[in-house]
Amino acid sequence: MFEKINKHTGTPERPAASEGNFSTIKNSGFLPGLNQRIQRLRKLSVDTEPSISIERAIHQTEFYKENYGKYPIPILRAFQFLDHCKRKTIYIGEGELIVGERGPRPKAVPTFPELTCHSVEDLHVLNTRDMQRYKVEENDIKTYEKEIIPFWQGKTQRERIFNNVPEKWRLAYEAGLFTEFMEQRAPGHTALDGKIYKKGMNDFKREIAEHLSKLDYLNDPEATDKADELNAMSIACDAAIIFANRHADYAEELSKKENNQQRKIELGKIADVCRWVPANAPRNFWEAIQMYWFVHLGTITELNGWDAMNPGHFDQHLEPFYKKEVAEGKISKDEAKELLSCFWIKVNNHPAPPKVGITAKESGTYNDFTNINIGGLKPDGTDAVSEVSFLLLEVIEELHILQPGNSVHISSKTPDNFLHAAARVIRQGHGYPSLFNPDVYIQELLVQGKSLQDAREGGCSGCIEVGAFGKEAYILTGYLNVPKILEITLNNGIDPVTNKKVSIETGDPRTFANYETFYSAFIKQLNYIVELKIKVSNYIDRMFAKYTPAPFLSIVIEDCIKKGKDYYDGGPRYNTNYIQCTGLGTVTDSFAAIKKHVFENKTFQMDKILQAVKNNFEGDEPLRQTIINKTPFWGNDDAYADEIAVRVYNDLLRAIDGKPNIKGEMFHLNMLSTTCHIYFGKILGATPNGRLAGKSISDGTSPSHGADTHGPSSVIKSLAKLDQTKSGGTLLNLRFLPSLLKKDEDIKKLGKLIRSYFSLGGHHVQFNIVDTATLLAAQETPEDYKDLLVRMAGYSDYFNDMNADLQQEVIERTENDSF
Amino acid sequence: MESGLIFDIKRYSINDGPGIRVTVFFKGCNLNCTWCHNPESISHKIQKMYAKNKCISCCACVDNCSTFACNLTQDGIITDKNKCNLCGKCAEVCPTTATEISGRTETTTNILNIIQKETVFMDSSEGGVTFSGGEPLLQPKFLFELLDQCGEKNIHRAIDTAGNVKTELLLEAAKKTDLFLYDLKMMNQDLHKKWTGVNNELILHNLKKLSETGSEINIRIPLIVNVNDDEQNIEESAKFISALYGEQKSVNLLPYHNIAQQKYAKLGSVYVTQNLEVPSQNELQRIIAHFDSFGIKAALGG
Repeated sequence: MFEKINKHTGTPERPAASEGNFSTIKNSGFLPGLNQRIQRLRKLSVDTEPSISIERAIHQTEFYKENYGKYPIPILRAFQFLDHCKRKTIYIGEGELIVGERGPRPKAVPTFPELTCHSVEDLHVLNTRDMQRYKVEENDIKTYEKEIIPFWQGKTQRERIFNNVPEKWRLAYEAGLFTEFMEQRAPGHTALDGKIYKKGMNDFKREIAEHLSKLDYLNDPEATDKADELNAMSIACDAAIIFANRHADYAEELSKKENNQQRKIELGKIADVCRWVPANAPRNFWEAIQMYWFVHLGTITELNGWDAMNPGHFDQHLEPFYKKEVAEGKISKDEAKELLSCFWIKVNNHPAPPKVGITAKESGTYNDFTNINIGGLKPDGTDAVSEVSFLLLEVIEELHILQPGNSVHISSKTPDNFLHAAARVIRQGHGYPSLFNPDVYIQELLVQGKSLQDAREGGCSGCIEVGAFGKEAYILTGYLNVPKILEITLNNGIDPVTNKKVSIETGDPRTFANYETFYSAFIKQLNYIVELKIKVSNYIDRMFAKYTPAPFLSIVIEDCIKKGKDYYDGGPRYNTNYIQCTGLGTVTDSFAAIKKHVFENKTFQMDKILQAVKNNFEGDEPLRQTIINKTPFWGNDDAYADEIAVRVYNDLLRAIDGKPNIKGEMFHLNMLSTTCHIYFGKILGATPNGRLAGKSISDGTSPSHGADTHGPSSVIKSLAKLDQTKSGGTLLNLRFLPSLLKKDEDIKKLGKLIRSYFSLGGHHVQFNIVDTATLLAAQETPEDYKDLLVRMAGYSDYFNDMNADLQQEVIERTENDSF
Repeated sequence: MESGLIFDIKRYSINDGPGIRVTVFFKGCNLNCTWCHNPESISHKIQKMYAKNKCISCCACVDNCSTFACNLTQDGIITDKNKCNLCGKCAEVCPTTATEISGRTETTTNILNIIQKETVFMDSSEGGVTFSGGEPLLQPKFLFELLDQCGEKNIHRAIDTAGNVKTELLLEAAKKTDLFLYDLKMMNQDLHKKWTGVNNELILHNLKKLSETGSEINIRIPLIVNVNDDEQNIEESAKFISALYGEQKSVNLLPYHNIAQQKYAKLGSVYVTQNLEVPSQNELQRIIAHFDSFGIKAALGG
């Protein structure tokens, strides 16, 4: 008997204690990492539970109490940053080579009360919740209650936003039609180009002074504002230098006390490095990494921008230093790897700032999405793969920790040996590296109007979003719940989950004479919701430009100094806003089901589907099964469904692309979901594609779970029908059983599959090599896992089609890695 | 235009010849191997398959059966084979695909269209199409037209055969085929008859003849414990292969797997092979070494 599925699991969320620890130490007994130092640092990073530090909040509050109103806002922000850099606790851990923490110790995350001031209840929840827990000391909560909260109440960015949004927006937001990224975190998503390896903070200060001296107070009405911003940047340069010098002082102090001769020398070296960078351009591999790390720390201390900070094409930036020092015999491969490993662990020491409310639901992870780009193309268009690219892959494979995220960039010029090396890391089953196609994303950037040089220096940060590294503010404004828009279309503007009217009336679907009428009602809803979102998004952008500029970040993003404008105020060379649309698969399959069964075959009437969906298909299992099994779905290289998907995609483009932002530039479409498809699914009723209420919607541009039943090549052919160059990124997750990647020959075939997708215009693909937990879940809810292929000579079958005993066998063999 | 009976087409086939391939499974075989993992491939006719674990007892099949062959019982749907005319209505109305019809008649043009959907992957990986089964050479006109059409499109063609067909047919196919995946089950005639239902005389003769044409052949040996993994069979197989025309000799060893249980249940057949054993890693290494001593390179998997 086919068991009725009542429970839903969605994508399994990892409990706090296990996230960040991908290590599977079985029989070997030795810990991951290059040597004992790295093993120790890694273990400390993985074992330390994330905690909240209120040090920054105290400094922030004290500074604002004393100085608010004395200075123009940018200068106030810069002085506050300087004050914190002068006062914050300095940490240099045992055995560390790369130094600096945002908090007073590893995994300690500061709060940003100027944006969102956590309530006492928030802090208690953070301290006690099961998922993504952050330890908070009881004393700190008391201090927060007494000192921090009273000052910030009514003055935070979050309150400025929520007190001023229109009621219509609030209704749609609360119904889950979209999310708002900037309600508690600052716009970020940025990545760096190579300038910080050629210039130090002293160089930037000189540039700033030069531009200050050129300001034209006679003819430029903005000259005063520009002066404020430039002065603020200069103060922020000093702050970074002071912060580094304090590390140098502390290292010297530790060195004096140190008995171990080797460590004494190391501490001396750390002091030298911190005295030189970030004040000056780095001279060697070590300094280059420490330089980046100080800039990273500065950015994430100044504000809590989304996706932390990102070195971009790290291998390209480090390669000249590595090459030179190897040639001079000054560094060995293992020494380079050791420094890289130290850096990797540093990033892992920095969990995402804790989120609250809806944002916590949609982004429930410690991952802060630093995405290191490896491989790809150089600015001159030649292949960028170097020995350092392979070193980074080795570090990733050896360490396997949650952060930083990483991706390999495979252009038509990328050699196979690099692709295969990456595929062997993928085979390990940690879900990374993800793969990107520079040949396509460079086109995406060109379509948006970037110069060829800037486009080639660009890449993908955060999840899959494309940007001109070091030159662009590309602000992700929030996710759009496209299946929810379909749901309100089916309910004439009413959210059936809450029974509230959340949108415009576009007619009772029972009265729709044909599919086109139905589809145009959906488009009307889509346009209404997108405009609602953009209006508020533009308002929020202004709030950040006015109240929380980011002078430190502005130093390192091209043209902010030249224009005398902040990163949030149109300072960067390029300024893009994205809306990220999720659930293309769910929407496509739902449209296909209604088109085919209601309007064409007339298998059921619209009313029947509406009733079934309303009742979460209770008592309508045959109807639901018919839809699931007898409808052409997205991801099968089937023209019927694929044409619907392409049409929806093009209409999303039409609704979003080209809408003006506040910086004189525009909104563009993005197609990522990160973990938001889980939240969006939770506040969505059952959908006409047979998906039950509360289950996650499809992620990115991937097919719905289990909808693709013709193998990965068919999925790729479907995805390739979208003109991906017109969006700022698409996302494809493919699930593979380990058995499909067993032999070296299979790795090569996987390589060819990837190359084929990229030659057809694919932006991104990521392979999840399924683990035992997934296979057990597949036994529980088989319909979600119809895509899991089992391939053998002369035989092929789906995991789903095997009986329980055999599934068990596959699971056991997966554990032993011998299937 | 020819048409023929197939039961499946699989894309992203990575174990049936070089590169990324499309495998077309022909229905009908003149062997009846005890361990067959595609039991639905044996019959030359369409067959009804039923998976009880997918059935939700909605009785759509019962209600729509014009010959009253379907009945809901405690063991799920039972089909009275005497009444069933295989019209396929039950599969059409079954919401869950618990009931399916195995086998469909397809034209060569339709099949070629599906194969060509995979062109980009076949091109990049130097893959192609593999005609498997069942025994593809039992539908020669249909097969030859497909081979010709693929040849015109420069698609690499492989045939997965048991070799128990008229020699002329095989030699004719060789003119239109780039690679044979040739099954060699066992050398002993009596045992061969016992386990596969047929004599192996023609199979061995054909393999010899085929090798003389200079065709590229991957010899595939399914390995089943206590059936054909004994020293004697390996020794004789190796000797036979060494004596074949050609220089580089290689075999692919396909260790038996009991993965097809579900398919037997779906066909309503008794799964007689449950006592068959999967060879151990040690066993496989021993066999690889044995072939190696004859200068034959043996590799695991297809």
